[in-house]
Amino acid sequence: MSKLTDLVSARRTWAWPYVLFLVLFVVLPLLLIFYYAFSTPGGDFTIQNFVKFFHTSEAVNTLIYSMAIAFITTVICLLLGYPAAYIMAMAEFKTPQVMALLFILPMWINFLLRTIATVELFHMFGLPLGEGALLFGMCYDYLPFMIYPIYNTLQKMDRSLIEAAQDLGADKTNVFTKVILPLSVPGIYSGIVMVFMPTVSTFAIAELLTHNKITLFGSLIQRSFGEGGIAMWNYGAALSLIMLVIIAATSFFDQERDHDAQKGGLL
Amino acid sequence: MSQESRVKSQELTSAQIEAQRRSRQMWAKRVGGQAYLWLLLIVLYAPILLIFIFSFTQSKVFGNWTGFTFHLYENLFTGYDSTAQVRVDPNLYRAIFFTVVIAICAATIATLLGTLAAIGLYNMRSRARKGITFLNSIPMINPDILTGISLFLLFVFLGISRGFATVLIAHVVFCTPYVVLSVMPRLTQMNPNLYEAALDLGATPAKALRKVMLPELKPGMISGFILALTLSIDDFGVTFFTKGSNGLETLSTFIYADARKGGLTPELRPLFSLIFLTILVLLIFMNIHANKQMNKQK
Repeated sequence: MSKLTDLVSARRTWAWPYVLFLVLFVVLPLLLIFYYAFSTPGGDFTIQNFVKFFHTSEAVNTLIYSMAIAFITTVICLLLGYPAAYIMAMAEFKTPQVMALLFILPMWINFLLRTIATVELFHMFGLPLGEGALLFGMCYDYLPFMIYPIYNTLQKMDRSLIEAAQDLGADKTNVFTKVILPLSVPGIYSGIVMVFMPTVSTFAIAELLTHNKITLFGSLIQRSFGEGGIAMWNYGAALSLIMLVIIAATSFFDQERDHDAQKGGLL
Repeated sequence: MSQESRVKSQELTSAQIEAQRRSRQMWAKRVGGQAYLWLLLIVLYAPILLIFIFSFTQSKVFGNWTGFTFHLYENLFTGYDSTAQVRVDPNLYRAIFFTVVIAICAATIATLLGTLAAIGLYNMRSRARKGITFLNSIPMINPDILTGISLFLLFVFLGISRGFATVLIAHVVFCTPYVVLSVMPRLTQMNPNLYEAALDLGATPAKALRKVMLPELKPGMISGFILALTLSIDDFGVTFFTKGSNGLETLSTFIYADARKGGLTPELRPLFSLIFLTILVLLIFMNIHANKQMNKQK
């Protein structure tokens, strides 16, 4: 009994339940993606699932197309979001948080419903649902994820550095390109990752925005688990593993993950 | 007037003109910047405004205006459509119920688990801490679809039938990391000697925890809880893969199923208009409160 009390009073053991939880519900499930990806429905080892993927030009094209869409979305969000974050961070509003909050507020409405409303907006203006609608909808859904981390880094930036640069004779362009832009790079990285990762893996938005005309890689994965039945699960796991590799590669890109620039800082 | 002073006054006026020109430029820039922000906001809010506007008309089809009425609000609260003489889809209410129950349960479990984990992590050696912090970041980095599918495979592998419990576990998985992250800063800010002092003065560990540690951690726990609540309510992807096919739906999956069938349950429009207004009012109050506190501190 006293051993148990010792264990409880040694506070480092308090993390154990969560560690166990993480191993069981995070690590093991990820290992299972590997397991299923490299096995037949019967459980034997195979690389057939990957061979099948690389021999199905439709599937490969979908992957490339999805990455292109995610890339374009990210670039548009960056081009639209950086100036917005910059203006918000530099302007002397009486209540600077209010503006930032206004950009986050739409995210409290269910994103599927917002997406459906966007589709309705397109109907009203007589615009066709296709690639344009897809890009618009994606940018619309993820723009706040770009603005917020950039805004955060710009806000926390030491303003005296700008003044120092001005005192030392830098003109406006130089102050921006040599001081402000380099200092906001961590925020840009976070923004890029926070927009690219969900857009490359999205699976519901594309269907709704294009009325099933365009299939993205996420939908391909979803379908192999949904309509495909058990026979397709291993193939779906292989596709998931490819997605996992893309995500892992992207997350190496990010440096500020542990800080408040992520969704955790949105409140 | 001497020559000298005249030159001076001329210089003054040219400096003034320059200053005027500058302030006009600044003004134009500021107005331009503001206009850009408002333009973005208008686009961002247009779909929400649309939902709000069309919550005041009765038409089943979203985007079809058939005159101003509060009928949909009435239907939402009574559960009965008096014009069409049918019940409002009971699955909508089930979905609302499950969304709320799952969010509250998941946020509570995540807050307890995450707070304990944060305290444990804080007292660990740095190597173990780094490893666990990495594990903790996986659910945050992983997109919904991968979290969902990996858990789906786990439940299939273990032969667990999917339903309420599996959705709850899945939500705890992606909520807890955020609780850990919001409690952690409170721990680093806390004076580590306080807890030890309480023990030295004769408090039992349980009492020291309750009287010393918890009050310090409370703000972090609350913001973690609220964040977990929001993430859970908003989730679609993970729920989609872990809910099984026993008819368990949350609002997100209900909307998705509805949209795929073609028509959207019209009562969703007033429902989300109300949710949005509630959050708007809450945020305004929080802001006023925060500003008051700031002024007090000054």
